[in-house]
Amino acid sequence: MGRRRAGAPTTTDIDMTPMIDVTFQLITFFLFIMNFSEAEQDDRIQLPLSQLAKPVEGLIEKPITLQLTNSGNVIYAGELVAVRDIGSYLEREKMAMRDSGREPNAATVIVRADGRAQAGEVQDIIRICQDKGFERFALRAQYDEGR
Amino acid sequence: MPSRQSSLPDKIAIDMTPMIDVVFQLISFFMFSLKVVSPEGDFDIRMPLAAAAAAAPDDQQVPPVRVKLSAAADGSLASITMNGNPLASFDELHQQIMALVGTDTGPNSLAEKTEVEFDCDYTLKYANVVQAITAVSGRVRDGQIVELIRRIKFTPPKMPAE
Repeated sequence: MGRRRAGAPTTTDIDMTPMIDVTFQLITFFLFIMNFSEAEQDDRIQLPLSQLAKPVEGLIEKPITLQLTNSGNVIYAGELVAVRDIGSYLEREKMAMRDSGREPNAATVIVRADGRAQAGEVQDIIRICQDKGFERFALRAQYDEGR
Repeated sequence: MPSRQSSLPDKIAIDMTPMIDVVFQLISFFMFSLKVVSPEGDFDIRMPLAAAAAAAPDDQQVPPVRVKLSAAADGSLASITMNGNPLASFDELHQQIMALVGTDTGPNSLAEKTEVEFDCDYTLKYANVVQAITAVSGRVRDGQIVELIRRIKFTPPKMPAE
């Protein structure tokens, strides 16, 4: 290592400080821009665009995310489910909420539906959620920067 | 400089290699797991099942605006009607809503009391519904969102007649 001995030729010491500084800055940069809440986003969904879809401030209380694909299936917790079958999954959500002393109407159902999906399927999802006692919905759209 | 002098203790050379290894691995991890996401936003809709049947009369002083969106055979938008009047585009729908509620957009205003009920064909592409919701719920002026109608609901879905 960088020790200088009397007889040996002088070793060049590389000053590592600037490199480590830059490296740590890079790590910090990536850490900050990393979006940890993107777990509920799926590449299969192409959201419709809207210029009013500004990012929501604050956290949505007890969100349940249902993602409707172009082919009319729902992605719920990473699983592909037919629209008519989501009732049983929502029933489980409802039971879990009741166990923690909350009513389903306190939860918000986030509907991330593909813009090419049928409007009727979105309404079917809303209807099934209503049957289970959910009444707050958030229709998600992608912010349209154009226009 | 790391020169050794007899009177001073030896300078300890710290081996930086493992730390730099780990740091570069961290950088690689963050770089590869980076996904650029475009910002998303929500349209909040409160639609309890019971309210569809019995709406509170004193809360409904303003009659609801019925917007019908009809679909063509391929799911694209065929026509828009507002309270039975045909409209040419979503821009016209926005103009009509503006004419209806005016600039009265504060608390307890006409815009807050007015409710829009969307009646969409089952096969209509969902992007059209979002465009219609955008047209009635506000506009962007000087980079700021001016909210119009927030109370939005849907008629129950009707299966396509096939």
